[in-house]
Amino acid sequence: MSDFLLELRSEEIPARMQDKAREDLARLFAAELDKAGLKAAELVTYATPRRLALIARDLPTQTAAVSVELKGPPADAPDAAIDGFLRKAGLTRDALETRDVKGRATLFAVIDRPGRATADVLAEAIPAVIRAFPWPKSMRWGEASLSTESQRWVRPLQGIVALFGDDVVECEVAGIRSGAATVGHRFHHPGVITIGSAADYVEKLRACHVIVDQNERRATIAVGAKMAANMAGLTLIEDEGLLIENAGLTEWPVPLLGRFDEAFLDVPPEVIQLTARVNQKYFVCNDADGRLANAFVCTANIDAADGGDKIVEGNQKVLAARLSDARFFYETDLKVPLEEQAKKLEKIVFHEKLGTVANKIERVAKLARWLVEEGAIRLPAGEGRGPLASASGKGEGDPASTDRPHPSAPAALPPSPDRRGKLADQAERAARLAKADLVTGMVGEFPELQGLMGGYYAAAQGEDAAVAEAIRDHYKPVGQGDDVPTAPVTVAVSLADKLDTISAFFAVGLPPSGSKDPFALRRAALGVLALITGNQLRFDLGKLLQLATMWLRSTGHDLTGFQQATGDFFADRLKVQQREARIRHDLIDAVFALGGEDDLVRLLSRVHALQAFMATDDGANLLAGYKRAANILKKEGGVPVAAGTNTAPEPAEAALIAALDEATPKAQAAVEAERFADAMAALATLRAPIDAFFEHVTVNDADPAKRAARLALLARMRDAVHAVADFSKIEG
Amino acid sequence: MTEPLSFQGMILKLHDYWSQRGCLILQPYDMRMGAGTFHTATTLRALGPEPWNAAFVQPCRRPTDGRYGENPNRLQHYYQYQVILKPSPADLQELYLGSLAAIGIDFTRHDIRFVEDDWESPTLGAWGLGWEVWCDGMEVTQFTYFQQMGGFDCKPVAGELTYGLERLAMYIQNKDSVYDLAYNDAGVTYGDVFLENERQMSKYNFEVADTDTLFEGFRKAMAECENCLSNNVPIAAYEQAIEASHLFNLLQARGVISVAERQAYIGRVRDLAKGSCEAYIEHMTPDWQAKYPEWSL
Repeated sequence: MSDFLLELRSEEIPARMQDKAREDLARLFAAELDKAGLKAAELVTYATPRRLALIARDLPTQTAAVSVELKGPPADAPDAAIDGFLRKAGLTRDALETRDVKGRATLFAVIDRPGRATADVLAEAIPAVIRAFPWPKSMRWGEASLSTESQRWVRPLQGIVALFGDDVVECEVAGIRSGAATVGHRFHHPGVITIGSAADYVEKLRACHVIVDQNERRATIAVGAKMAANMAGLTLIEDEGLLIENAGLTEWPVPLLGRFDEAFLDVPPEVIQLTARVNQKYFVCNDADGRLANAFVCTANIDAADGGDKIVEGNQKVLAARLSDARFFYETDLKVPLEEQAKKLEKIVFHEKLGTVANKIERVAKLARWLVEEGAIRLPAGEGRGPLASASGKGEGDPASTDRPHPSAPAALPPSPDRRGKLADQAERAARLAKADLVTGMVGEFPELQGLMGGYYAAAQGEDAAVAEAIRDHYKPVGQGDDVPTAPVTVAVSLADKLDTISAFFAVGLPPSGSKDPFALRRAALGVLALITGNQLRFDLGKLLQLATMWLRSTGHDLTGFQQATGDFFADRLKVQQREARIRHDLIDAVFALGGEDDLVRLLSRVHALQAFMATDDGANLLAGYKRAANILKKEGGVPVAAGTNTAPEPAEAALIAALDEATPKAQAAVEAERFADAMAALATLRAPIDAFFEHVTVNDADPAKRAARLALLARMRDAVHAVADFSKIEG
Repeated sequence: MTEPLSFQGMILKLHDYWSQRGCLILQPYDMRMGAGTFHTATTLRALGPEPWNAAFVQPCRRPTDGRYGENPNRLQHYYQYQVILKPSPADLQELYLGSLAAIGIDFTRHDIRFVEDDWESPTLGAWGLGWEVWCDGMEVTQFTYFQQMGGFDCKPVAGELTYGLERLAMYIQNKDSVYDLAYNDAGVTYGDVFLENERQMSKYNFEVADTDTLFEGFRKAMAECENCLSNNVPIAAYEQAIEASHLFNLLQARGVISVAERQAYIGRVRDLAKGSCEAYIEHMTPDWQAKYPEWSL
């Protein structure tokens, strides 16, 4: 048993590709070993900017001998067929065996493959792995690139270390011969070093200022950066992505603390953090009060002779230049009212079939206003509801709660018309300004600050706090797990924006398909669902989507199938959203199958109650009883037309009738009142009578009248259950 | 520590360094262009099989970057130092680092990093892989292995180094404003030479340039490019592509090209550049194949 070391040294590998490259190296190498019947006890991979390495532990020095048997043509087959077989087997005619197969003499080749030296297997595996390597982007280089067939790599490949035990595994790729030599840190130890074996690789390189293990470099940066901040009385703002990136840019990371002029702190902290992170890959720090401090931590790739003074000085200058650019944008943007900026959106095309961004804003503004005016947006407790109402605010967000407003009354108490009118004005105003920051200098520089900058500019330019907040947060929620806005104006604008996008693209025939969702409609739909469920908004989504496309109707767009398509789309997204919450998709189907439910909050609260019920014995057994009844009904061709009631029912039959008489109205009433848990409880009372019915009563009675009456009873049971959900869609 | 190099001293040092390493020292191309890559010594010489090693300074015009001489870091006219080595030598990184050492960068006190930055020029139909080279967090050089030029595979691949001379000089001389750079060792500053140019040219680019003349010039350049192509003088055709590209940049600075039109203009310039490259390859192929029988497009 020996260990194998492979190092593929190249010019600097992009940081973002290194983790995947390690995975690919291990995977491809393991596959090559597997082909030869070899398996390493362990595969360890390392990546630095300049090298990709693998250590395979405990490989045998020989592969096992194997005997392969090939069945050939019959012994009396034409010569051409036999010659073909001989070529395939690599044998001569006299080496073949003849065996009887079902009475026919058939040729067999038995090929004994002796064990091979593992070193030989490795010598073939290395070029194969390099050739097959799936870099996201690769290149050609040097003299060999006269042909486009030359070896590609992420950047020019410079050296291969391949050692099995203490011996070099000889191979050649792209004109590079394998060996035992590599180089240390580019500046600390530029000379050649010789590796003895896998065992001394990591330590020899460490002695030459290269920390091969990416996890160790990450830890070094994490600890070093934190300490640098702490020693200055500050707290590092941790950033895992930045940690990984810096570890991917360094072989000998040295975190260093630098400062910038306090005057730059006038610029919003998000801008400073983004400038530092995106452009310079710096960490930033908070001061003792939790505010952004005028400090950063950069990660040098060298132990500088002067302790890093020059490096810090240089980095401070670069950041200062970046921040003065940012401040220039910020101050310039502040001088232009968002209303003025918004006018420029008339020149920006949203989509060729859907007009400009200004057109979109017009639609969103109307929709946002309408959402508020029609009561689709709930007002927060304590605002417009009076102090008494707010005291009973328990059970918010609890789907099983009975303390929920009725669909016709969006808030517990209708707010004053003034209050709602003001909110509608604010929603429209916010919608009109929401996209204006797209044409500001700052968002031009940092597109990821969209919304946020608009919020800052709106607040600074004297817009209402609610309007500024809505501008800031109207893109939210961006993904599952992102904060879901709750401020009414924000909810209105966010919903209107997303609903317009979805309905507009569907209406002009550009829905997502397969893996293609160029306009991120699925994400928008998940945002809509999160806003609705997170805020317990009660309205008819289908109607709303129709309304959102009124403008298209007037322009002569064909909206056939729109309702169906958007309905299916949202149902599908709902399942995706609920999967996260571990809600069963079949239960959603079971409720959807009832049809006519456009109130998602009610739908989900029914689904949640159903899931809770299905987890109980009563639920599972009721489902079994239901399925049995449904099967019988199906097998017997349904309920005969002339079915009546049995005048002399058997006891179990009578008991089921009585139970249904009692449970059915209860379940229905509970459903009407949206007390779905109570509806389930009512159904649960059917379980025992149904079990008893199946145990003691024969449905297929010789008397056609009895049979018909019993089938009718089963149908009645099925219908009673359907008051809650279509149980036929439930799995299990 | 010795006196840092002046701006001109740095250029002379780079000329000397690359000259000693086998590069032709060329002069700037005598046309207005946005980047050194437009120089025929880079664009056209990156095509074809012949070895080519050259270094030169190229003045670059970026009309929209003008700041009337008021911003210490931004200029509408500045200098790039270009090195093009074809095929790319195996020790290109070491050669490059040698040039930094030659102009006075001490690797024991500074942090040099190669940070992924893939280069693409939509107007030249060109792309390559490489890095921006950072010195203490500042980008001082664009380092690219050309993979395609004018839409054609580079066979072989050329390595291109583009140094931002003003940035490097500000770094070496430790100056916060480009205008304070020592241009020579006798007290002349960069500002003495260029500040008035920046003021006037910024005003010209943003306010004065006659847009009708520019539009007319753009159309004429397109037509002249066609004329050159039909008469089989692709180098002359390529010059018209350079001209059109600069006029487009000026029109942008004048703010008369809408967002929607912008892509169409870039597309036109790219067509001129690609057409010229294609014609150049066609024109040169017999020569190239005579010398390199194994070469083909």
